[in-house]
Amino acid sequence: MKLVKKILLYEVHNTIRSRWVIFYTFFFFLVGYALFTFSGEVSKAYISLMNIVLIIIPLISVIFGSIYFYNSREFIEMMLSQPIDRKSLFLGIFLGVAIPLSAGFALGFSIPFLLFGKVTEQLTGFLLLLLLGMLLTFIFIALSFLISVKQDDKSKGLGLAILIWLILAVVYDGIVVMIIYFFQDYPLENTMIILSATNPIDLGRILFLMKFDIAALMGYTGAVFQRFFGSSLGMIISISCLLIWVLLPFVLSSRFFNKKDF
Amino acid sequence: MISVKKLDKKFGKNLVLKNVNLTIEPGKVTAIVGPNGSGKTTLIKSILGLVRPTEGIIEVDGKLVGDDYLYRKRIGYMPQMANYPENLTGNEILSLIKSVRNTEKVSAGKILSSLKLESQMDKGFKNLSGGTKQKISVLIAFAFDPEIIILDEPTAGLDPVSSSFFKDLVLMEKEKKKTIILTSHLMNEVQELSDEIVFLMEGEIRYKGTINSLLEDKKETRLERAIAEIMSQDDR
Repeated sequence: MKLVKKILLYEVHNTIRSRWVIFYTFFFFLVGYALFTFSGEVSKAYISLMNIVLIIIPLISVIFGSIYFYNSREFIEMMLSQPIDRKSLFLGIFLGVAIPLSAGFALGFSIPFLLFGKVTEQLTGFLLLLLLGMLLTFIFIALSFLISVKQDDKSKGLGLAILIWLILAVVYDGIVVMIIYFFQDYPLENTMIILSATNPIDLGRILFLMKFDIAALMGYTGAVFQRFFGSSLGMIISISCLLIWVLLPFVLSSRFFNKKDF
Repeated sequence: MISVKKLDKKFGKNLVLKNVNLTIEPGKVTAIVGPNGSGKTTLIKSILGLVRPTEGIIEVDGKLVGDDYLYRKRIGYMPQMANYPENLTGNEILSLIKSVRNTEKVSAGKILSSLKLESQMDKGFKNLSGGTKQKISVLIAFAFDPEIIILDEPTAGLDPVSSSFFKDLVLMEKEKKKTIILTSHLMNEVQELSDEIVFLMEGEIRYKGTINSLLEDKKETRLERAIAEIMSQDDR
């Protein structure tokens, strides 16, 4: 763990000095600030913020993570020639990217709420969105590392990263709608819950909508989701699913990293 | 002593190293030479544990290269291409490596002044040229007084003044009986610095011995010609 701490410290230094992270923090600040300035209603601002969190965070995290990993390749080689084990180095680099990026989001996201005094108005919503944003950062950086460890070609890796984002953020919903359309005569509640759990972006969206009591807009499926995700057990299960989404790609990529030739 | 036994390395279907058996004696400078793609860098990286062998074993002072990483504390390595996190400075990297190596023993002063690095050490890597980054790699390889020094085409990016200082540095370390392994395409450099030579071609060792015995064997005075002769024998 000592080695991880040492690596982490320097990686964090490197990441927070990057223009990306500064721009990213400022972006969330600006969006929140504009939403609260132009729309007085907190719930409307929340829905807009949710959409931005669910689309922008995965996109930026997956691209930033891939570029960072590819650019660190020679440095990783240099570090691996030092007395250090691969697992510590990998964990140090992962946390060194994920912590500053999620902290940048948390900062940029929270300041407008504090400035406009909106934190307490719907505290669960605020905390849930904050948690979701940070979890999605970790998930998509873990996915980007998995791609970068397996794919040596930078342009192919970046293409794959964007493709995965496109599938999870856009195409997946289309597939779900198609399944509902073709199998509308069958009971689909459990299938829908499973389908949602296998996409972290969907999982985040439903989790947030449930907490915001607008599930009624989603008709019968909404009622099923409400029953599942609305309960505290459903909440625990869905957050656990998101944590699995962080751990699974991380553990897999760490294993590949361990065997990789540099 | 470094010993490589029956080492095979495959990248996909491509067999890069074929049954390499090699002993690198301590206290000597060993040059690994060969045409591009002959497996020099792969061999060096296998010793460092950066590349995992497909078959065979490597031992550094009797310890198997594998999961135990502490043997690398005794190694200083200068890679062919240097690149560092762009927002960090040379001083920061040096102190990172110092803390990872868990040592206070850093002798950077002479290298810093001779390579004129002092004024560059507080600049971010994104503002440094390729040659300066290469000089920082020289510093990292030598500053921690390692017993084994591994240099992969060290002078390729250095200017003539730095290159000449670098050669003096290698000769000084040789005096101190350090084990030095280097790869190079510059035969006069190899002749100037090395005691032993390993000639690799298509992943196989074609010659291993002292430079003098190779020259005597081939009745040549220049290493370049002796090497060319081995290669032409191979073509026949």
